[in-house]
Amino acid sequence: MAAETQNARTQVAAPALTPPASMMGMPRHHLLIFLGLLALGLIGPFVLYPVFLMKVMCFALFACAFNLLLGYGGLLSFGHAAYFGSASYVSAYAAKAWGLTPELAILLGTATAAVLGLVFGALAIRRQGIYFAMVTLAFAQMVYFFSVQAPFTGGEDGIQSVPRGHLFGLIDLGPDRSLYFLVLAVTFFGLLLIYRIIHSPFGQVLKAIRDNEPRSISLGYRTNQYKLAVFVLSATLAGLAGATKALVFQLASLTDVYWTMSGEVVLMTLLGGMGTVFGPIVGAAVVVTMQNYLATFGAWVTIIQGVIFVVSVLLFREGIIGVLGRWLKKPL
Amino acid sequence: MINDVILAAKGLTKQFKGFVAVNDVDLQVDRGSIHALIGPNGAGKTTCFNLLTKFLQPTRGTITYNGRDITRMQPADIARLGMVRSFQISAVFPHLTALENVRIALQRQRGDSFDFWRSERVLSGFDGRALALLDEVGLANFAVAPAGALPYGRKRALEIATTLALDPEMLLLDEPMAGMGHEDVDRIAGVIQRIAQKRTVLMVEHNLSVVARLASRITVLARGKVLAEGDYATVSKNPDVIDAYIGAGHG
Repeated sequence: MAAETQNARTQVAAPALTPPASMMGMPRHHLLIFLGLLALGLIGPFVLYPVFLMKVMCFALFACAFNLLLGYGGLLSFGHAAYFGSASYVSAYAAKAWGLTPELAILLGTATAAVLGLVFGALAIRRQGIYFAMVTLAFAQMVYFFSVQAPFTGGEDGIQSVPRGHLFGLIDLGPDRSLYFLVLAVTFFGLLLIYRIIHSPFGQVLKAIRDNEPRSISLGYRTNQYKLAVFVLSATLAGLAGATKALVFQLASLTDVYWTMSGEVVLMTLLGGMGTVFGPIVGAAVVVTMQNYLATFGAWVTIIQGVIFVVSVLLFREGIIGVLGRWLKKPL
Repeated sequence: MINDVILAAKGLTKQFKGFVAVNDVDLQVDRGSIHALIGPNGAGKTTCFNLLTKFLQPTRGTITYNGRDITRMQPADIARLGMVRSFQISAVFPHLTALENVRIALQRQRGDSFDFWRSERVLSGFDGRALALLDEVGLANFAVAPAGALPYGRKRALEIATTLALDPEMLLLDEPMAGMGHEDVDRIAGVIQRIAQKRTVLMVEHNLSVVARLASRITVLARGKVLAEGDYATVSKNPDVIDAYIGAGHG
C-alpha cells in the first residue's frame, strides 16, 4: 500500500504557484485598480466638491482599516469609533490649542489611537466572537463618556474651527484644493500599507488564524500575539483616518466617538465586501454619497440606508466587490 | 534512558462541573511506536487528547514530554517542542490554497512572522519543499486549489502534509480516519505507517481494523479510566473490554 502511494507520485510540472507578480509584488489587475484609483483621486477635485471627496477618502481609509481586522483577522470589533474619534479629538486639540503643524497633529492623533488600541486590544482579544465585540463596544462607550465629560473636548460642541495650518510650516492648507492632495497622499499611503500587510508573511499567518485558530496554535503560532498586532495596526490606521478627518472638517465632535460611527464602518465594510481589498472603499463611497446627496430627506436617510443594507445582505452577502470578484473570477 | 518513554501522563484528571471526564489516567508512549487510544463513545478519549496537547488544563496530574514537565505549558509552545496534533474535524485553512496551507507550517522555520511590512514573496523559498510534501500525500496536482474546495479525504491528506511540514518528533492524530471512505482509509493508513518509521504516533481511532493493523500498543479507555493496555491480541480478548464495547452498544 505504501509502495503504491509512492508509485502514484505525479510528475510535477512546476505550475504558477503564486499569481504572476508585476510591479511591487502586486498582480496586474490590482496594480491597475490602484492606478485607476489614483487617477480618479487626481482629477476628482476638478470635477466634484473637494470636501465631499476628502470625506469619502477618510471613511474609505477607516473602512479599510476596519476590514483589515474583520476580513483578514476575523475579529469583529464594534468599537472602532473609539480609535477614529480619539485620534480626531487629539489632532484637533493639538492643532488648535498647541498650534501644532498639521502633519504633527495627525501623527499625534494616530499615535493616540495606537496606544488606545494596544490597551483595549490586549484586554479584548482574551474573548472571542460576540464577547469580543461586546468588550470592544464597552471600551468605546467609555471613550465616548470620557469625551462628553472631559474639559478639553468641548462637550456637546466638540472642538470647532480647527486651523488647518501650514504643512511642514510651509504650505498653506487653508484652500480645499491644497488640503485635498495631502488627504489623497495620506489615504493612498494607508491603502498601500494595508495591502502590504495583507500580502506579507504576517498576513499569511493572520489569514490562517482567521480560517482556523486551533490549528494555527497546533502549528506553534502564539495566535494572541498576532491578533493583538493586527488589532493595533487596525486601530492605528483608523486613527490616521480620524485625525485627517478632523483637519478636513476643522471639527472633532461626539459623532466621531459615538457607537453609530462604529456601526457605520461595519455597514461600509459589509456593503462593499468584507475580506476584499477594494470592497470597503466602494462601501465607504456609497454610504458617504447617500448621506450627502440624500441629506434633503432628513431622518429618512437612516431608513434608506437600513433598507439598502438589508437588501444587500440578503441578495449579495459577499458585498458589491465580493460579487464582482466572483463574476470576474479574480479576487479583488 | 533505559525505558525510552517519549510522552508520559501520571494521574491525569479532568473535572468539568461535577463531571469527571478523565479520571486518574496513567499513560506511557514509547518512542518510535504507534500507540492507539480507543474506547466507546464518551470514554474521554478526546478530552485526554486535549489534555496531552494542552488545549485543556488538567485538574490534577502531570504530563512529561522527553523527560520535561509540560503540564503548565501553552499549546503553541508544545508544538514548538516537536509535538503536533491533528483534529477530529478536518483542520485545514479553507481560504488558503493547498500550497499555502503547507507553507504556513514551513513558515514556522522563520520563527515568528510579525513582519507585516515585507512582501509575501519572501515565502516563495518554501514553495519547493511545500510542493514535495504535497506530492508525498498525492496532492501535487491540487497545489493551487483552495483547501476548502478539496474533497474530504484530500483535506485529511492535506492536514497530514501540513503536520509533516513541521517535521515533528511526535504526532497526535485525533481520529484520522473519521468519516472516510474505504479507499481513503487505506491510503491514509499507508501514509501513517510511513510517517511512523521515524516518529512516534499517538492516535485516537474508532476503526478497530486500522488500529489492529497499525498500532503496536493500545490503551482502552472507558468512563474516563484506563480499562486495559497491551497489544491488540491481548486487549481484544480482555473480558472488560468486550463488556465495555458491547455494553456501550446496548446502552
